[in-house]
Amino acid sequence: MKTAIKLAYRNLTGAGLRTWLNVIVLSFSFVVILFMKGVMSGWDLQAKTDLTQWEIAGGKYWHQQYDPYDPFTLSDSHAPIPPELADEIAAGDMVPLLMTQGSIYPQGRLQSVLIKGIPAEQSLLKLPTHQLDTVTEAFPAIIGAMMARNLKLEIGQYVTIRWRDVNGTFDAHDILITDIFSSNVPSAEAGQIYLPLETLQEMLSMPGETTILTFRDEERERTSVEGFSLKTKETLTASIDEMLKTKEVGQGILYFILLLLAMLAIFDTQVLSIFKRQKEIGTYIALGYTRGQVVGLFTVEGAMHSVLAALVGALYGTPLLWWMAKNGWTMPVDTSEFGVPIAQTLYPVFSPGLIVSTTLLVVLITTIVSYWPSRKIAKMNPTEALRGKIQ
Amino acid sequence: MEKSVISIRQLVKKFPAGKGEFTALKGIDLEFNTGEFAGLIGPSGSGKTTLLNIIGSLDVPSTGEAVVLGSSIGELSAREAARLRKHSLGFIFQSYNLLAVHTVFENVEFPLLLLDYSASERKKMVQEALEWVGLTDKTDSRPPKLSGGECQRVAIARAMVKKPSLVLADEPTANLDADNSHHILKTMETLNRELNTTFLFATHDEKVIGYLRRKIFLKDGRVDKEEWVKQTP
Ligand SMILES: Nc1ncnc2c1ncn2[C@@H]1O[C@H](COP(=O)(O)OP(=O)(O)OP(=O)(O)O)[C@@H](O)[C@H]1O
Ligand SMILES: [Mg+2]
Repeated sequence: MKTAIKLAYRNLTGAGLRTWLNVIVLSFSFVVILFMKGVMSGWDLQAKTDLTQWEIAGGKYWHQQYDPYDPFTLSDSHAPIPPELADEIAAGDMVPLLMTQGSIYPQGRLQSVLIKGIPAEQSLLKLPTHQLDTVTEAFPAIIGAMMARNLKLEIGQYVTIRWRDVNGTFDAHDILITDIFSSNVPSAEAGQIYLPLETLQEMLSMPGETTILTFRDEERERTSVEGFSLKTKETLTASIDEMLKTKEVGQGILYFILLLLAMLAIFDTQVLSIFKRQKEIGTYIALGYTRGQVVGLFTVEGAMHSVLAALVGALYGTPLLWWMAKNGWTMPVDTSEFGVPIAQTLYPVFSPGLIVSTTLLVVLITTIVSYWPSRKIAKMNPTEALRGKIQ
Repeated sequence: MEKSVISIRQLVKKFPAGKGEFTALKGIDLEFNTGEFAGLIGPSGSGKTTLLNIIGSLDVPSTGEAVVLGSSIGELSAREAARLRKHSLGFIFQSYNLLAVHTVFENVEFPLLLLDYSASERKKMVQEALEWVGLTDKTDSRPPKLSGGECQRVAIARAMVKKPSLVLADEPTANLDADNSHHILKTMETLNRELNTTFLFATHDEKVIGYLRRKIFLKDGRVDKEEWVKQTP
């Protein structure tokens, strides 16, 4: 094996240009695959960070009736804030959120919205709720940028909302857009408006009630609270993991194409060299190699392309990827239209595990691709190989 | 003390040809002892290379027997045959068959890599072999930069570096001019005397024939006649 590596290295460096062309193509795949994987894990991190900061914090209590996928449950999912949680709320470590279904009438059009009531003084979530602390005739409201764009709403604009009160009768009032925020978190923005908690409680005649409670401390032991169910941070981020997994399938196809291109170069080199180097193969056998050992040598030669590619890739990839990780990668299209939690500028994350596993994968595949055509050597007749007569 | 190196009995070699068979060797009986400087001589197609390849364990007899250094060629496994070549045989080819991308040193070192010598031993042995052929000043050159004569001297050094018992040389001078031919033949003759290595040539070159101490004339796959040259003390 040591001899094969030494010989393979000599053969490769001796072959010059052809080797380096392959190595560069392969190193390019290396760097691009690493980059894309880095973007994926950066995205994962960003999505979770944003989701945490804007929506879930350390976890939540949901009213037992509450089901985010079924808006009809909303009319029943509210209850007075449990008194045992009052201290945590007072300390600013827990935020109640009341929700109801409603409609909004921008420019005379109707669109249904989720109306959320949140305390203006909260600082647990990144939402600019202090902008709700405005005294106006209309209700102060904040909305997300996606929503604002869809409905063509701007700060300072008035718009009518309609909702059903406890008795089921419709009620309407104007709201004033006091702020528009951009969170990269669709579930915190899409189709929803935020009003001051007390305002919503009054609108619905549900004083002191809430639908969910978001808390800061994810570590704390939490006992069950009557009428509410606990949702840990893990459960709440599971949907992101799910989403990224599906994205990864799409990425997988791209890796596959990239790898295929690189492997084609290696495969082609192997097939050609087995044909062109017949005499050399015969010579190895005359000098005491078994045909199996020659197959081994050619396989190591092919695989060594990927080792050299890793080194060459590291040479220009390290500064490039480091720069990307530091300055981020700004996507050329407007990402808020994607409907997935993605920031305009992503900061790729390159963990050692990612780098090592990608490298091992490429080396493994290169080895297999090199071995495949080399098996032909095992069928060669050495005397014919020596004469270079095999077609 | 003379010892049998090669013992060939009733050797027949057939090749598939078209629908039938072609018999390249039609019953050869030969015996070679340690230290011989012998040659298979004959016109093109007489079976010289075929016989040399069988002796070199690169091919096998169809019938009959070829025992080389105690091993019966037809009965060796591929692994055993490779082992025989690795340890005991040296090959010299008409077209040199050097590894073009390796340096002279690396070419000569090659057989030693297979034999697990240490780096310092290898260095010493390669140096010595290059001294035998007078190429110590070209260790770092690569074959494409060398003349034909120099290439063949590298090939001789590569065949001799592990001090094999038997060296097989197929038309070693076919690509060389007269001066270079004499040079490499003298080199081989000296090595034959000093290391007592057995040399077996295949040739139809008069210059080579002039150096041989035993001449085996092949014709149509048969031994036509043999001549021994009286050794001058
Ligand atoms: N692999 C093979 N398949 C079929 N026929 C072969 C094969 N190898 C050799 N022969 C035939 O066997 C005969 C002897 O060939 P061989 O190469 O031994 O001759 P040679 O004496 O070395 O000739 P030359 O001086 O041209 O090298 C030739 O007629 C050749 O065509
Ligand atoms: Mg021949």
